[in-house]
Amino acid sequence: MKEVKQKQTKGFWLSILLAVVVYIVVQVLLSSSMLNKFYENTLYFICINIILAVSLHLIIGITGQFSIGHAGFLAVGAYASAIVTMKLHLPFSVALIAGGVVAAFAGLLIGIPSLRLKGDYLAIATLGFGEIIRITLLNIDYVGGASGMQVSHMTDWTTLFVCLLITLIVIVNFTNSTHGRACISVRENEIAADAMGINTTYYKVVAFAIGSFFAGIAGGLYAHNFYIIQPTNFGFLKSFDILIFVVLGGLGSMSGAVISAILLTVISTFLQDYPETRMIIYSLVLVVMMIYRPQGLMGTKEITHFFTKKRNGIKGGKPDGKHTAA
Amino acid sequence: MANTPLLKVDNVGIQFGGLKAVSGVNVELYQGELIGLIGPNGAGKTTFFNLLTGVYVPTEGQITFGGEKLNGLAPYQITRKGISRTFQNIRLFGDLSVLDNVKVAYHSLARHSILSSILRLPSHFSGEKEMEEKAIDFLKIFNLDGLKDEAAKNLPYGQQRRLEIARALAAHPKLLLLDEPAAGMNPQETKELMDLIAFIRKEFNLTILLIEHDMPLVMGVCERIYVLDHGQLIAQGSPEDIRNNPKVIEAYLGEEVS
Repeated sequence: MKEVKQKQTKGFWLSILLAVVVYIVVQVLLSSSMLNKFYENTLYFICINIILAVSLHLIIGITGQFSIGHAGFLAVGAYASAIVTMKLHLPFSVALIAGGVVAAFAGLLIGIPSLRLKGDYLAIATLGFGEIIRITLLNIDYVGGASGMQVSHMTDWTTLFVCLLITLIVIVNFTNSTHGRACISVRENEIAADAMGINTTYYKVVAFAIGSFFAGIAGGLYAHNFYIIQPTNFGFLKSFDILIFVVLGGLGSMSGAVISAILLTVISTFLQDYPETRMIIYSLVLVVMMIYRPQGLMGTKEITHFFTKKRNGIKGGKPDGKHTAA
Repeated sequence: MANTPLLKVDNVGIQFGGLKAVSGVNVELYQGELIGLIGPNGAGKTTFFNLLTGVYVPTEGQITFGGEKLNGLAPYQITRKGISRTFQNIRLFGDLSVLDNVKVAYHSLARHSILSSILRLPSHFSGEKEMEEKAIDFLKIFNLDGLKDEAAKNLPYGQQRRLEIARALAAHPKLLLLDEPAAGMNPQETKELMDLIAFIRKEFNLTILLIEHDMPLVMGVCERIYVLDHGQLIAQGSPEDIRNNPKVIEAYLGEEVS
């Protein structure tokens, strides 16, 4: 038992060390301007998309609640944080937290009634809520309506990195605890989870609220990366973009969501040079991917599985054993 | 035998639209009993289980468990009061490991909060450690500890059944409801299951209510048997009484042609 704890903490500090190294390397590259503005922007996009992908992963991949209104929470966070910095003139960090909290509150508000629904019905309901948020913003003159809201550029690499790290740590820690297992049990079999004493509604709402919170943070970062935010940026196509990260990465795999967010952001950024064929190529990548790897890049596995598996060495052949036995 | 029943089902019924799936059922279970519930297909046995566990809310009558009224409580609340169950069609958490399946059942006893898990406070580690140890102890009782890291869906059928019982027991029930635990098992597996049921009953001081089609199993282990047909209780009594009860024979074999 002690071993497990030690291994966990060891792995944790190792990842932190790795993260710090990545941070320093990128920081050096940025300050020595070896990375030009284009690459810097792509990097920012990647970070924001990872936060979005991972926050939706908690809702869809872990808890199994098929929500496709995630751009709505992104919008709530973006506008809330923009109001805090631009109208109330408070610091950026306050704005980010405010964005997260308001989005989480919106998540609760939407989650409590709609999480009674299952599967397709929940998907339609969340899609509807996402659109309601967008249309509402479109009609509020205080935030500029359709012409959008001017936001000054405040997002920098350090803030992004800290937010990304916090998101990943919180979601990993939540998932690898009894509370995360409760969420997974809801995904696996809701009736059985209920019969095992899990308050399924509570955990669905909690996962939804945590996911919305981080989507709100991503919204704050997103808003302060551009010079303007408009309701049209947060339509249902944006929701689908985020959904694709999660599905392509493999439902239930956080590292899968991270990898596919990086991959797809890079692909779509480099395809910007070919605007005519961009969406065709992007779509083709998705189609091919789904044909040859329908379970997603990582399936339900995490990247850490591969390391532990190699060390144990025994488990490799197990899946085949099932067929011979049958 | 105690004087007050552990579970008292008083005139309970449920109506789906115009269909009375179960009506006017009276059942009393006393601490430590092993009771069978039998009846032809479609008699309402599983519906009755669903009423007891809160999946359905009875439209008539009252259910009391250990002196507390259960009507209208959510399934998870009823489980926390001490009624746990298995399912006719196995409902394991397929992608979770065998160990994690049992840990989920311990969840309601966990004391560490979501915040302490996110911040990895000491209470998280001690809580998780306690769960893991208890879960492993349970798996040892069921001879499943060797398979603890295997995904539940990869287990053979018989072991999936055992795991489901282990998981139900891990929720610390006072009353265990088993819905056709021997379904699909061969005679050898059924024999082992009977031994297992007898063992856990003694070990955990349980009261068990068992739905089963396997007559030798029911007659062999149950002290009393209730018989449901068309949603109504048609007989109750010792296995010997039930075997010779004309109403039961009629329900199972049809009316005698004269």
